[in-house]
Amino acid sequence: MNKKERVERAERAKGKKAALGEDIAIENFTAGKEHEEHEPLNSLDEFPEKYQQDLLNAGIEPSEKGRSGSFLQRDCSVVFSAAKFPGLEIKSTTDALKDHDWLNEYFWRAVPVDADKYTAELELDEDQEQTNGYFIRSEAGRKVTMPVQSCLFITTEKIGQKVHNIVIAEEGSELHIITGCSVAHAVNSALHLGVSEFFVKRGAKITFTMIHNWSRGVEVRPRSAVVIEDDGTFISNYILMTPVKSLQMYPTAYCVGRNARATFQTVIYAHGDARIDSGSRAVLQGAGSRAEIISRVIATENAKVVARSDVVGEGENAKGHIECQGLMLSDTAEVESIPELKATRRDLVLSHEAAVGKIAEEEIQYLMARGLSEEEATSVIIRGFLNVDITGLPEALARETKKMFEMSLEKVV
Amino acid sequence: MLEIKNLTVQVGCREILRDLSLNIERGEVHVLFGPNGCGKTTLLMTLLGFPNYKVTRGSVRLKGVEITTLPTNERVRLGLGMSFQHPPEIRGVKLGEMVNIALGRKEGEIDSEVVGLARRLNISVAFLNRDVNLGFSGGEVKRSEILQLLAQSPDFIMFDEPDSGVDIENIELIGEVMRELLDRNKMPSRREKAGLIITHSGSIMRHLNADRAHVMLDGRIACSGMPDEITRNVMANGFERCVELCKTGRENKEGLE
Repeated sequence: MNKKERVERAERAKGKKAALGEDIAIENFTAGKEHEEHEPLNSLDEFPEKYQQDLLNAGIEPSEKGRSGSFLQRDCSVVFSAAKFPGLEIKSTTDALKDHDWLNEYFWRAVPVDADKYTAELELDEDQEQTNGYFIRSEAGRKVTMPVQSCLFITTEKIGQKVHNIVIAEEGSELHIITGCSVAHAVNSALHLGVSEFFVKRGAKITFTMIHNWSRGVEVRPRSAVVIEDDGTFISNYILMTPVKSLQMYPTAYCVGRNARATFQTVIYAHGDARIDSGSRAVLQGAGSRAEIISRVIATENAKVVARSDVVGEGENAKGHIECQGLMLSDTAEVESIPELKATRRDLVLSHEAAVGKIAEEEIQYLMARGLSEEEATSVIIRGFLNVDITGLPEALARETKKMFEMSLEKVV
Repeated sequence: MLEIKNLTVQVGCREILRDLSLNIERGEVHVLFGPNGCGKTTLLMTLLGFPNYKVTRGSVRLKGVEITTLPTNERVRLGLGMSFQHPPEIRGVKLGEMVNIALGRKEGEIDSEVVGLARRLNISVAFLNRDVNLGFSGGEVKRSEILQLLAQSPDFIMFDEPDSGVDIENIELIGEVMRELLDRNKMPSRREKAGLIITHSGSIMRHLNADRAHVMLDGRIACSGMPDEITRNVMANGFERCVELCKTGRENKEGLE
């Protein structure tokens, strides 16, 4: 699809409301060009002191210690990007497009440009060179075991932050990404539109751990998809513990190759009046491809959460499993759990388990019988509930992710 | 150590325990027999202070402290401990974490102390990393319960069928740790701990060389005596007949006097 065609399709989808989630009036938020550019930084710790804690909360290490590369976008300006590992490339997608002619072909290959008005908006913005986002790529055969960190940060009131991220793990390479999205305390209202397209080539592996650290006034519409080739692995860990106004996303992994593997693990703690519609989908096209979708959702106060999961089995001997659990901490909250399975041939196995409930009284009593107060017991149970064992990460990253998870957890229980 | 006076307990609208009295002195181990549904577990749950067990009359004192209305964790702080028959599964909470909690640590790794305790019950590090009670076999549940008690080291310990579903080899193991927990390896005058055990088999009782046994019927302690005598009686004649014999024995004795 050439540029002209893309723009035409985007033009046609400009008014197309998303199938899920409440409709957002994009025009109520300002675009990048209307704001002044933020100055680039020489290192991440030059980022204003008042935002440093927000970076940490989103899992970003300002010292860049233990990271093989870093990327920071503030509002619509990429203020920092650096790769420290040979064979690793990390920069703004805008710059990457200038460096690589071939990159154009990856645009809108996993996510349809005319999926809805948000994807359309991004393409039309891109056309005006107003969008950035990160481009991360590991060269063939390179195993970048130390994580790469990227952060998308909002500091301007009423801004619509739009990013188009492209991540490519070339054949036989390995890439571990920690990405955090955060917002300055002073911002009462903002919109984040993010398209992320992942390409896991033959025998490659991407792990993607994302912490969303938004605030009560931010509306979020990520549009993500992954294409996994033969023997490729994609693992996503998504953590949302802090408030958000509204979030709707339904990332899809297309396991197109033989023995392609996809795992989605989602942990959501919904507060206040949050409206969250979050799902994960895997399309198992390759023979022997596999997917596992695990989600844990806690709803408190007046939060409403729709937890979706969908596995479509098409390839022979494909295997998919869904496990979604919800915990209700309030009588005015709502959790709707929608697991879906679709099989299109005989020789595959798809399964799901789903449960929503409250904290069992007897679990609290059991912990109290070991000496905990009721409050402490409740907190241990909530932590346990959210404690998804993250598999497939290198040890250091697993430790790091655990630490990030603990830190997010400390804010709620 | 434990003083139960005229205890009447309701669960829901049903009265399960009626006017029950029982004294257990420091250093003593008592065994509680009785048919299913007679109220044995209800008694232990009431002593723990679980909210579904409503005390309508009577009182419970532990180490001289009135605990009838105290919440569970405060009773535990006073030195009460319990090995559950059917403990709940808690997803995401590892056995190792439970051991740390029982050790009184707020947070903690599975360190050498935890591993050391676990080894005593033949529990591996891998097992400490499993979600507590999730998919545990009958015997594993019992060992896990006793491990947690070993960490907690309570002064008054209740065991709800610590030996049911446990194979012979592990009965030995459990019996040994229970002996230690209850100070049974010490001279009687040196024993500081005390306990109350629900069991259906005689083996654990013999292991511990219990001091006294009681038969519970219909929410009451119907008869009490030396453990061997009571066991023989129950085995030979069943619970109800044992209680009857107990009564006539008492009457005969009274008649003679």
